[in-house]
Amino acid sequence: MGKKLLLAYDHVPGIKGFEVYRANGGYKSVEKAVKTMSPDAVVEEVKKSGLRGRGGAGFPTGMKWSFLAKPEGVARYLVCNADESEPGTFKDRYLMSRIPHILVEGMITSGFALGATAGYIYIRGEYFYIVSILEKAIEEAYANGFLGKNILGSGFNYDLYVHVGAGAYICGEETALLESLEGKRGNPRIKPPFPAIAGLYGCPTVVNNVETIAAVVPIINDGGEAYAAVGIGKSAGTKLISASGHINKPGVYEIEMGITVEDFIYSDEYCGGIKNGKKLKAVVAGGSSVPILPADKILTTPSGEKRLMSYESLADGGFASGTMLGSGGFIVMDETASVVENLHTFARFYHHESCGQCSPCREGTGWMEKILHKILDGHGTMEDIELLWEIQSKIEGNTICPLGDAAAWPVASAIRHFRSEFEEYVKNSNNLKKVRHYDSVNQLVSA
Amino acid sequence: MLKIEPMENEVKFNSESLAVIEKIVARYPDGKHKSALIPVLHLAQAEFEGWLSPAAMDEVARVLNLKPIEVYEVASFYTMFNLNPVGKCLIEVCRTSSCWLRGANEIVEHIEKKLNIKDGETTADGMFSLKTVECLGSCGTAPMMMIGAQFHENLTYEKVDTILDSCKTENKRKTYFDNVNIEHY
Repeated sequence: MGKKLLLAYDHVPGIKGFEVYRANGGYKSVEKAVKTMSPDAVVEEVKKSGLRGRGGAGFPTGMKWSFLAKPEGVARYLVCNADESEPGTFKDRYLMSRIPHILVEGMITSGFALGATAGYIYIRGEYFYIVSILEKAIEEAYANGFLGKNILGSGFNYDLYVHVGAGAYICGEETALLESLEGKRGNPRIKPPFPAIAGLYGCPTVVNNVETIAAVVPIINDGGEAYAAVGIGKSAGTKLISASGHINKPGVYEIEMGITVEDFIYSDEYCGGIKNGKKLKAVVAGGSSVPILPADKILTTPSGEKRLMSYESLADGGFASGTMLGSGGFIVMDETASVVENLHTFARFYHHESCGQCSPCREGTGWMEKILHKILDGHGTMEDIELLWEIQSKIEGNTICPLGDAAAWPVASAIRHFRSEFEEYVKNSNNLKKVRHYDSVNQLVSA
Repeated sequence: MLKIEPMENEVKFNSESLAVIEKIVARYPDGKHKSALIPVLHLAQAEFEGWLSPAAMDEVARVLNLKPIEVYEVASFYTMFNLNPVGKCLIEVCRTSSCWLRGANEIVEHIEKKLNIKDGETTADGMFSLKTVECLGSCGTAPMMMIGAQFHENLTYEKVDTILDSCKTENKRKTYFDNVNIEHY
């Protein structure tokens, strides 16, 4: 069994409530931080831990924290990004609904480190039922002196609130999230200024993912060095992986980074192999945005070694033959799955979720969806495949926020690794009865 | 032809909602009450029959002291806000990758046949609306659908039938606040 840092007490009955959580060592990091450490010392531990943002970008958390501006007399905010919407990702939902106090604890300890006046947990609207779970946990933390004025007699004042969204993937982009939290449409802001300088209400703000915030708890409890000793190289610590698709045991697994991809897919401790004894065809390893890889490339690196579940190993080979760890949304496809049809669900997703600010993304995502629909519907031509390639290449790097890239990469990688499958669809219209029709697309086809 | 609406707004939050709204506004710094907009729109949608009519949005603008356009532009951006009437039970079926891989299309088609409506439509008795939606973060328990705040996971045709039949028997409007303690909103 690998080391568990976030889900160590997941199996304990009643861990959702304050008493049981506390009896199992809960809120020790708050006690340790506010009573025995300076805020800067907490930041130092997080830097030493090597923790990287678990929302998808993998940016070093301690460094992000050290960028926070601290002008005198100006409020500072810590915002937790619980807008988990990347297709294939459901780890934050799992963590918040089962061990809500680890997020509350992490928000307090991190808030102390940053000198924040208040913290907000921005949770996606579809997770409505988790709002009251979090609110209850927060209420218990207040009742026990871990939130509010003069926390544990330390003089640290800090309030924590939950803010519910209303269904918009784009609000997982941190500046769109801040716009949404201010009661506006979720349009990403142009950076700079970065939130660390001018974030929520124009004040210095740090935005971190749920899992990142939760990881601060074991880091402060056991020290940054102990955390860095777990995992492999620059992929320190554990990672929650959301495993779904054609596997025997879908679910959320906390893995020590550095286990092999093969082990993750086939061992009984994790996914338990491919469903119905079928063969592995492809994997989307880190949520819908990351490049899809065929079986041989996901299992082995370009140099022929076993690929590992780590930021570096998954990226080995660049986009030519590698992918990314991303948010850890691990979608497995067996030999019967159609890469083109799967891609159509992604393209439709990005078209639906584009905020519409930047033309390349607003127009490009729509065209990619329409062309894929056209191919699936039996009207595709070989030129369409080239057009698809061209459109994605013109979106990538040409938008305010990374949604454009996220929409382009799945298309590029599917064509790069599975071009023959696209050509099959063009050549053989017998494959083409499965696509569902949607009004907007029907108009294009009949036009 | 342009229809002139009467100035008087018939739609008013009840006193319970107004108390909740006051509590929500208090979460944000002075003068930042606009932050309460999305949480308050959710309340409005739940109280005013599952959708945000122009009158309901005007009421939100009134209680939050915002311009109506500030409310419209936000309400129209977010997927969970319905700008048209919906049935008592809005069935939201996830259609993205992992759910698709495990049979979401077949579930949608099953519901379409059972209720005799298409995606985006409402049954004649106003009981059900069907909407296919993007990833709801339930990929490990796919296929899934959401009715109100409730996730229904690992769906089969039989399971869908049981759930929809019990919705019909219950004959109650489902909202995102179902099973949510309003004290904890």
